This record gives sequence, structure tokens and C-alpha cells, in this order.
Amino acid sequence: MKTQGFAAGLAATITILSTSAAFAVTEISWWHAMTGANNEVVETLSKEFNESQSEYKVVPVFKGTYPETLNAGIAAFRARQSPHIIQVFDVGTGVMMAAEGAIRPVADVLPLGGRDFNKDEYLPGIVAYYSKPDGTMLSFPYNSSSPILYYNKDHFEKAGLDTENPPKTWPEVFDAARKIKESGAAPCGLTSTWLTWIGLENFAAWNNLQYGTNENGLASTDVELKINEGLFVTHFQNIADLAKDDTFRYGGRTSEAKQLFLSGECSIFTESSGGLGDVINSGMNYGLGQLPYYPEAEGAPQNTIPGGASLWVFEGHTDEEYKGVATFFNFLSQTEIQERLHQVSGYLPVTMEAYEATKASGFYDENPGREIPITQMMGKAPTENSRGVRLVNLPQVRDIQNEEFEKMLAGDQDAQTALNNAVERSNAAIQQAIGN
Amino acid sequence: MSPRVTFPNKILPYALLLPQLVIVGIFFYWPASQALYQSVLREDPFGLRSTFVGLANFRRVLNDPNYLNAVQNTAVFSVAVAFLAMAVALLLAVMADKIIKGKGFYRTMLIWPYAVAPAIAGMVWLFMFNPTMGTFAFMLRSSGYAWDPLLKGDQAMLLVIVAAAWKQISYNFLFFVAGLQAIPKTLIEAAAIDGAGETKRFWTIVFPLLAPITFFLLVINTTYAFFDTFGIIHAVTGGGPGKATETLVYKVYHDGFVNLILGDSAAQSVILMVIVIALTAIQFRYVEKKVHYG
Repeated sequence: MKTQGFAAGLAATITILSTSAAFAVTEISWWHAMTGANNEVVETLSKEFNESQSEYKVVPVFKGTYPETLNAGIAAFRARQSPHIIQVFDVGTGVMMAAEGAIRPVADVLPLGGRDFNKDEYLPGIVAYYSKPDGTMLSFPYNSSSPILYYNKDHFEKAGLDTENPPKTWPEVFDAARKIKESGAAPCGLTSTWLTWIGLENFAAWNNLQYGTNENGLASTDVELKINEGLFVTHFQNIADLAKDDTFRYGGRTSEAKQLFLSGECSIFTESSGGLGDVINSGMNYGLGQLPYYPEAEGAPQNTIPGGASLWVFEGHTDEEYKGVATFFNFLSQTEIQERLHQVSGYLPVTMEAYEATKASGFYDENPGREIPITQMMGKAPTENSRGVRLVNLPQVRDIQNEEFEKMLAGDQDAQTALNNAVERSNAAIQQAIGN
Repeated sequence: MSPRVTFPNKILPYALLLPQLVIVGIFFYWPASQALYQSVLREDPFGLRSTFVGLANFRRVLNDPNYLNAVQNTAVFSVAVAFLAMAVALLLAVMADKIIKGKGFYRTMLIWPYAVAPAIAGMVWLFMFNPTMGTFAFMLRSSGYAWDPLLKGDQAMLLVIVAAAWKQISYNFLFFVAGLQAIPKTLIEAAAIDGAGETKRFWTIVFPLLAPITFFLLVINTTYAFFDTFGIIHAVTGGGPGKATETLVYKVYHDGFVNLILGDSAAQSVILMVIVIALTAIQFRYVEKKVHYG
């Protein structure tokens, strides 16, 4: 008993000593939504930052899925208990941007870290997406990805298709999918994750088509969708037709369709570059290609828009704490950190220097296909149609679009009706959200 | 006239009631009053700007065709879940009551699923019947049946109903078993001697005597189907495809926490509260009259 009491007393003393030694440390809380391997990256980065200096301590807290993390942040802000840094997924960008007074632009925070903030150091496509129309960068891009094409080389061989050159345009993809189905190489030719993000938002940017008015919402929150005309209708009618005999199969609203590709059920698959890890782990004989486009679209392929998440800084903290946040962001921007993040996670590097360094190291020669998401995003200077899509209620609008797509794929309506309904319902929801 | 109970101590009864009152106050009245307050406001997600809008949220919710759709889904879902969960449980209870050997074993096995959390129950059914990875889904599809609850609304509804009912069977089973044990054997034996067959005995003696329990379970199962099935729907269908499995509770969650329209979501909670209070009142007033307490 006595030794136990002594040990406890000693432990208590040590705790007191260590807390008083750490008295000057400013804690920076970081709420995030990363699981599995990506969660380990978050933990490692925080640990490395905390060991690299003694003034600040970053404390990462896992808050659940992306929407759950956003909701936790909102609830915390309402209770005046907001964290310093919160990771918000791409679709939540509009929600955060509309919350002027709740967030502090990263462009204002970064200079506090003692390093001049230079926008040109970051990948332009990504910076544009997380900036206000006047160019002020609002959030720090942490994990960005871009949709690409995956295909099963074994199936391609069985169906007599070129295993080294995947189809480049949508008509070619549809032909290949039909050949795969008809030849019996696989029960399904084509599937896709995120029909909204890939099939509408990126589809618009990549084919240089207008998604909505006011520069797709980047210039103003008052947006009318334009997705019920021209190639949008053609594209989804093509998909609906293929779905009739299971040449195209639907997996779900987010990334569920990945299973259909991994299990060998479907041969061609459009999905985020961030999904590469699972494909590699499955051990299948896969190939990567560019996101397909329509040859008749003027200027296509244009550029894709980033998905993933960025880090936002909440208002209402002290200057000292903001200085800590800035120091941490500068730490994250370091070339060797970004280089490692990119190569380990499959997400895009955020700085030009990290991209150049990865290129120089020969990584892309050893891992063909890994550069595709970057060249897709950076290949051309973005147009009004391809800088991104921003709506104050994009999560809600995506749900509406998904609901109409599901009815279309079930054979209850054609593509024109589905997209008309989606536009009508989305426009009403947007008007309600902006308070009209 | 029942005799009035008097307590010699004036404070003690209140002191004994206090903990319960505090719990009810904190966990029911306070959130409920917050919902009432939110339901007349229009607010942005961060609470930076809020305006009083009176009953405008209620008007919008009640005029929304999707709300009517959720009402219909909830009606179909609740009736089906309550009926299925109770019917199967009663059948199992009657069967388990007949067994002579290993009674305890069968009962324990049948009660076990109750310990499974709703979201897990949902995942289990999802793993079996999800068209992208489910074992049973694969069998169904390869046998030529077009099983695809991701796109077919009626199949999705069937899936959540079965999953939700399965989860509740154990609970109902437990109560039915207890009820069956309380029925005097002499009554059944007397009927048997009079020549009543098994089916006749069940419908004329056992079932009426189980009425208080059936009634109790009806209330519990309806409340369960209304509120506690959120986890199953969230895990299995997420309210889809289209809005085919969006129930009232799911819509409250979806509008409030995904779409971030707090006013509409709060108004729906208030309506839901009224519906459940009314349903319970009706059940107690009319159905209970027909119940025979032995």
C-alpha cells in the first residue's frame, strides 16, 4: 500500500512539474474527419509539429464523418466553444463561406506566422477553389483529389480491347463498356462513384460547360442551375440507356460503387484519385486514365475541379493562438511534408514546389498514372465554367440530384425529366437557403 | 372511492420525486422547449442571423410534397414493422412455450438479437442484401431476380421494414413468453376437455388473455418504429432511393443536420411530437377499452 501511495504521489508530482514546464505552450485544437491510414497521417503530422518547436501544441481530434465534423464545428461555434482549426469537405465550402463573421480567412492568418504569404506557391486550381471572388484565400487546402478513370486490364484483354490505352472520350467509354458486357468479360461494363461530383460538377468543368449562373456560384450566392440542357442531358440519357441492361451499374450516392469495381463486377470506373489506395491494396491488374470528355464540347478537356477537404480557422480566438495556427500551416506547406503527403496518401500536393520535387524524384515514372489528377487540374488556365462550383447548400442540392438520378436509373423517368426536376427543386432550395 | 394516501412527512415525497423530475426536465422539457423556440425562427447554420418568422416554417413544411411523402412512408413503415415484429414474436413465443426440452436455451437464443444496436442491425442486413457486396443479394441476382434496393424503392422499403422488425422481435418475444406463463393452465386444460382444438384454444383463450400485453407492445412498437429505427434507415438506405424510405424522423435529421435548415427541422420535430402524443392518447382511450385485464 505504502509503495503504491508513494508511486501515485510521484506520478502526481511529475504531472504537476510537466504541466508547469509546459505552461507557456499554446494549444491549438484541430478537428478532422480522417480515418484509417489518413488518420495516422494527421497524428504523425501533429506530433512532428509539436516536436519541432515548443511554443505551440496542435491537438488533433477525430470528429466523425465529414458532415458530422462540420456539424460538430457549427454546434461548437454556437456554444462559443469552437476549435481553432476544422477540416471541412469540399461541398461544405459554400456553407463556410456564407458564414462571414464565424471564420477568419487563411490569407489573414498566414502572415502572422512570420512568413509572407505568397499565393503563387500553391497550386492555382486548388487555391482558386478555396478563394473568394476577389482572390482572398479563405481556407488552407489540406487534402485535394480529382476524379480519374480506372479500368480492369484483365477484362480489357478478354474483351479484346487495348489494355494500354484506355478510352479517352465518353462515346469510346460507352462502346468499350458494351463490348465488355457483350463479350462476357464482366457482367457490367461501367460504374461510377459520386454521380454528382464527377457526373455534374466535374463534368461541367472538364467539358467547359456552365453548371450554374454567376460563375457557378463563385461570383454570387444567387445561382440558377443550368444542368438540364445539351451535353448534360445527352450524357445522362446515355447512362440511363446503359443501365437498362446493367451495362452501367449504380453503386450508391458516394463511393459505394468502388466495391463493384474491386470485386470485378464492373470493368471501367470513374472515381476520386484519393480512392487509389484501396485499388492498389486489392491487388488487381488495373490501369489509370484521364477523366473522359465529349469531343463535341468546345475546349474539352478543360480542367477538373478539386474535391477533398480544406482547413478553416474559426473566429473568436486570441492573436497568440492565431499565430500558432499560422505557424502550423507554414509547417504543413513545407516541401518535404507535402511531398510525403502526396506520395503516401494519393492526395494532391498543395504547393508547386512539392509537385516539382516529386516529379524530379522520378516518382511519376515509377508510378504511372499518379500525375494524371494534377495534370488534369493544372493543364489549362481555368475558365468561368471550370473554377469550381459553390452553393451555400451544395450538400442539399447534391441530395436532390441523387434522388432524381435514382428515379431515372430505376426507369421511372428519362434524363431530361430527371435533370429538369433536379434544376427546379435545386433552384427552389437555393432561394430558400439564401433567404428569398 | 379509493382511500386517499397520506404521508406524514410533507417534504419527503417531493424530495423522492425530485431526481425523476430533474431528469425529465433536462432531457425532455428543455430540449422540447428549444425545439418550439427554434421552430418559429429562421436562422443560418452558425446562428449569426436569426429572425422571428411566426408560423412560416410550419406552413412551408406542411406544403412540402416531400413531407406528405414522409408521412406516407412512416405510416406504411410503422404499421408493417409493428405488425411483423409482433406477429412473428407471438408465433415464436407460442412455439417456445410448447417445447419441453431446452426451453431456456431456445429462449435465450431468441432474446439475444435485442442486444444488437439498431445501426449494427442495419449493417448486418446491409451486408446480406446490399447489391454491391451482399451475399444474399448475389444469390438473388444470380437466380434471375432483379434485386436492387439501391434503385427500387419498394425493395428498399421492404429491406428496412424487415431489418427493423427483426430487431424488435426479441423484445416482443420476451413479453409474450412472460404473458403466456401467466395464463392458468387449468383454463386451457378445461377447454381441451371440452373438445376445443389447438387453434380454437389459442384464439378464444390465450389471445384474449394476452390482450394487455399485446396492447402494451403495440404502443411500444409504434414508438419504436417512429423513433428508434433511425439508425437502421441511416445505415441501410439513407432515406433513398429517391425519397422512398424517408420517414418523418429521418427527414427531421436530414433537413436539420445535412441540409442545415434548422427552422424547418424544428417545426417538423414539433409536429412529430404532436403526432406521437395524439397517437398514444388515442391508443389509451380507445384500444385500451377493448383490453381485458385479467
